[in-house]
Amino acid sequence: MQREVKLVQGNQAIAEGAVYAGARYYAGYPITPSSEIAELCSVLMPQLGGVYMQMEDEIASIAAVIGASLAGVKSFTATSGPGFSLMQENLGLAVLGEVPCVIINVQRCGPSTGLATKPAQSDVMQARWGRHGDQAIIALSPATVKECFDLTVTAFNFAEKFRVPVVLLADEIVGHMRENFTYPAPGELQVVERKKPTVTPDRYKPFEPAEDGIAPLAAFGSQYVFHITSSMHGTDGYSNNDPGNAAWRVAQLHQKIDRYRSEIVLTKTFNAEDADVLLIAYGATTRAARAAALTARRGGIRAGVLQLLTIWPFPDEIVAVLGGQASTVVVPEMNFSGQVAGEVQRVLGPGADIRRVNRYNGQVITPQDILRAIQGR
Amino acid sequence: MKERYEIILAGAGGQGLILCGMILAEAAIAEGKNVVQTQSYGIATRGGFSKSEVIMDREEIIFQQIQRPDVVLALTEQAMAMFASAGPEVQIFYDSTLLGTRPGQNLHGYPFSALASELGHGGTANIIALGVMAVLTGMVKVESLVSVLSSRFSGKTADLNIKALYTGVKLVEKITKGDPL
Repeated sequence: MQREVKLVQGNQAIAEGAVYAGARYYAGYPITPSSEIAELCSVLMPQLGGVYMQMEDEIASIAAVIGASLAGVKSFTATSGPGFSLMQENLGLAVLGEVPCVIINVQRCGPSTGLATKPAQSDVMQARWGRHGDQAIIALSPATVKECFDLTVTAFNFAEKFRVPVVLLADEIVGHMRENFTYPAPGELQVVERKKPTVTPDRYKPFEPAEDGIAPLAAFGSQYVFHITSSMHGTDGYSNNDPGNAAWRVAQLHQKIDRYRSEIVLTKTFNAEDADVLLIAYGATTRAARAAALTARRGGIRAGVLQLLTIWPFPDEIVAVLGGQASTVVVPEMNFSGQVAGEVQRVLGPGADIRRVNRYNGQVITPQDILRAIQGR
Repeated sequence: MKERYEIILAGAGGQGLILCGMILAEAAIAEGKNVVQTQSYGIATRGGFSKSEVIMDREEIIFQQIQRPDVVLALTEQAMAMFASAGPEVQIFYDSTLLGTRPGQNLHGYPFSALASELGHGGTANIIALGVMAVLTGMVKVESLVSVLSSRFSGKTADLNIKALYTGVKLVEKITKGDPL
């Protein structure tokens, strides 16, 4: 049977992608421009034998998600900037407790409640550094409805495989956009399940990494009884203030991600291999960058696009290679401070010709905005 | 035959412009096209400027926003003021019940709201407009819109919307004798 092409919204694709990935628990507090995800989950989760919880706020939402995940269920929440800020403290608990979970942040224009219905890409650094303490997480960013679906599945896969919170940094444009989309058949995309312990319950240590660097995770309520705390703990999960243990724990949180960088860092290129002008873009802005690069090519400028599907860990290697080959790099993004442009500068060095194209008034970046930066050389 | 159309549906929150864009996009999908539908609105559910954009093309649609509209629907004076000065290649349809009549080869005023009231449901003005625009521009077939309305709505609601669509179609046939723009 030929599968049907449908008109699907980005937020809808995220909710359906989560279901495809096996998520059966959603807790959240609706907020524009992410509310459609909550709305759809309130219908889908009960139908699938899952749970939808409307919480009193975002602090409670992420707490509920952490609890549900530890009970063995793939769990997620969706929010926007103001709610993402509230989630940061408990997100830190999920990092140190190595609790798999997915947080969708459909970014809108801030600061604070800002322009509630308008797009932005200004939570890039908050996704990376929003929590106190030295830690690392993964963040992905979609530019199309298809990528909303696919990257949500990937987000769950990474969360479950690496026992880490994964943030899907969407934006209002891609969240509210509708495109023709064909849902993948079951089995068409890989779905990863978390690794469970194989030892007997009395020998289980929830933070003892296996050879692959990741500790198996049992479920609360099973025969495995274990302890998760926000304070520093040893492999057995109980408090441990030994400096050697603390150093090992903090390093482990980073190293488990570093070790799998090549698997985690996802990018796409469009005519980037021979690019003299390299546009580095992410999220919905990628589309304006691609249109600008095609126009520039027609005008005789060898322009190409590097799209960052993974933002954290930052794709240093490919930025260095492709950016090093280009004489000019342009980074368009919907924020004032150049949150990704700064990372590109870090990778390519202070002497590199890096041009920033920034909008931070709720309006989208157009191909013309980017062309002006390309031609300004 | 023209394959790419860029359509702007503009007015106020509550006029059904986003739904209208979705129906148009689904009709284009039924005809095998790629579509992107976006929207822009304020924080109010009723009133305030609201805009829905649809791009349809056989090719991949890269930039998601409309840069050169082919067709505009304006349902408020504010929306009309934004697009009235567009070039003659942009076909602009407006509601002559709600807006003052304006001269211009590319400006097409129809009493969408008055006809919707006659049908017994003021909320069908957007669908009547879809019928008018489909016939006059050829951007989607009327049958494709009928098929979308039949699958999106059921029972009396489907009947009412299909009736509204044909109200627009017949209106054009009566006035222009079916000649496309």
